[in-house]
Amino acid sequence: MTAVAVPVTLVLPQVIDSYTLTVLAIYAMLALSLGLVWGYGGILCFGQAAFFGLGAYGYAIGALNVGESTIALIAAVAATAAIAAVLGAMMFYGRLGDVYLAIITLVVTLILYRFMSSTAGDAYVLGKARLGGFNGIPGFPTLHVPGNPSAYIWGDALYYVCAASLVLVLALVTLLLRSGFGRVAVGIRENETRMGLLGYDVRARKTLLFTIGAAVAALAGALYANWGEIVTPRLFGLTQSAEIIIWCIVGGFGTRLGPILGAASMGYLKFLLGQQSLVDNTLVMGLILILVVLFLPRGLVPALEGLWIAAWQRMPARQMQRRRRNLA
Amino acid sequence: MPDVVLETSGLSRHFGGVVALDNVDFLLRARELRCLIGPNGAGKSTFFNCLTGLIRPSEGHIFMRGDETTGWPVHRIASLGVGIKTQVPSVMDGLTVHENIWLAASRHHRHSDDAERRTDEIIARLSLGPMSHQFLAHLAHGERQLVELGLVMTGDPWLVLLDEPAAGMSPEDMVRIGEILREINETAAMIIVEHDMKFVRSIASRITVFHQGRVLLEDEMERVMSDPTVRDIYLGRTA
Repeated sequence: MTAVAVPVTLVLPQVIDSYTLTVLAIYAMLALSLGLVWGYGGILCFGQAAFFGLGAYGYAIGALNVGESTIALIAAVAATAAIAAVLGAMMFYGRLGDVYLAIITLVVTLILYRFMSSTAGDAYVLGKARLGGFNGIPGFPTLHVPGNPSAYIWGDALYYVCAASLVLVLALVTLLLRSGFGRVAVGIRENETRMGLLGYDVRARKTLLFTIGAAVAALAGALYANWGEIVTPRLFGLTQSAEIIIWCIVGGFGTRLGPILGAASMGYLKFLLGQQSLVDNTLVMGLILILVVLFLPRGLVPALEGLWIAAWQRMPARQMQRRRRNLA
Repeated sequence: MPDVVLETSGLSRHFGGVVALDNVDFLLRARELRCLIGPNGAGKSTFFNCLTGLIRPSEGHIFMRGDETTGWPVHRIASLGVGIKTQVPSVMDGLTVHENIWLAASRHHRHSDDAERRTDEIIARLSLGPMSHQFLAHLAHGERQLVELGLVMTGDPWLVLLDEPAAGMSPEDMVRIGEILREINETAAMIIVEHDMKFVRSIASRITVFHQGRVLLEDEMERVMSDPTVRDIYLGRTA
């Protein structure tokens, strides 16, 4: 998969401008984080946007205080992962059902949205960073070459950094899923009780997977802060939360490529629709979601895979399904 | 008594005002095969679920090979070397037979080669070879039960707890399951909760009869069957 990813990464800037591509790569990473947690771990997290937003805010606050980007980036990811670990442990050790878990993660996101929106004024200052309420935090130092704060990474360079990060995260996620931990995570998705009866500590494993997913979302958030050069409470909004889920459903859960392609294509479509005023883009997004759910319930990537295999390899159905699983 | 593998003392469980399990003392020796029978609501499933850790007992103690396991979470009890099969077939439907067994094997074998070898071994022992790459969701009920037994035996347990292993099985499947259970019983003590008296007759040596949350009687098969009280409360209808 990586062998395909690298040429694609290099060719795309010839077709689409790198400013748009950067954000598409970031969205793809964010979608991949939910694809890992939900698609492979079976954890219905409706609040992946919370970790995306925390990563972005964490970076902005860190960068303002430290005055450089490398430490800020690492700290943003680490702090978000720590928060996710505590939240995850509370939910999984509390034996919350799937629906409650979805509600709680969503509520956490909305609480962050409300809170961050109400942080205007001098009372809300973290070190040198003013949280800035609804207007968010602008003017923090953006990404630069480690050890050289004056060599900023922006434009095409930022795109390559984001694309490389995406490929790296994808490779790590692939390794994780092929490891014992990943296979056990899929087992837990399939039957939590049985995995407990086999002697696996389901609570600890789900907490860990949830934390890993949050760390990936936080990395995407920190990169997003660099792309936008401002962070606002909108990152925690309902729209943002819903979009991540839509990307994954359209692209296909239970695959790694699905969320990535779903996010990139839906993100690009949103960008194109944003350039006209004839139709409202949320309307189109909703329509696409409904059509995909009705006609391609497993999502685009699994459907295309099925077509590809059926058309070119003419394998018996059973073997085909097996391959589909393996590819996923 | 060194060969006691499981002991409960004063085990009780209340659900609100309902006493589902009332002060049960129970003893199981190494390689013993014990069936728990009793009418619906007699408390045998509650007792079973307390042993597996799926339910916390309200009072009393459980000891397994000398360790007090009262209130332990299920994965810790399983990790001791206890194989458990719940009433409803509990398997990973979206995975293949091989992947299912592998997940059980991987719990006990750190190296993936060892886990792989153990998986093949179990699949061969249960003659599941031809369907090893089929998804569990596509298998017949009897085959799914068989795979679940495979999951239970993969860890080489010294204590096996089975809740209605013969439920919904065809007569041929039942014979096969019976054979496998006897094979597991060569190395492990076993508790089987069962409704099907024909099946109980075919495998049991010793029987514990539950009634209204208490142990009514504990004896050899033949004597239990001929006990008038047992016939009245339970067997009268079926035998």
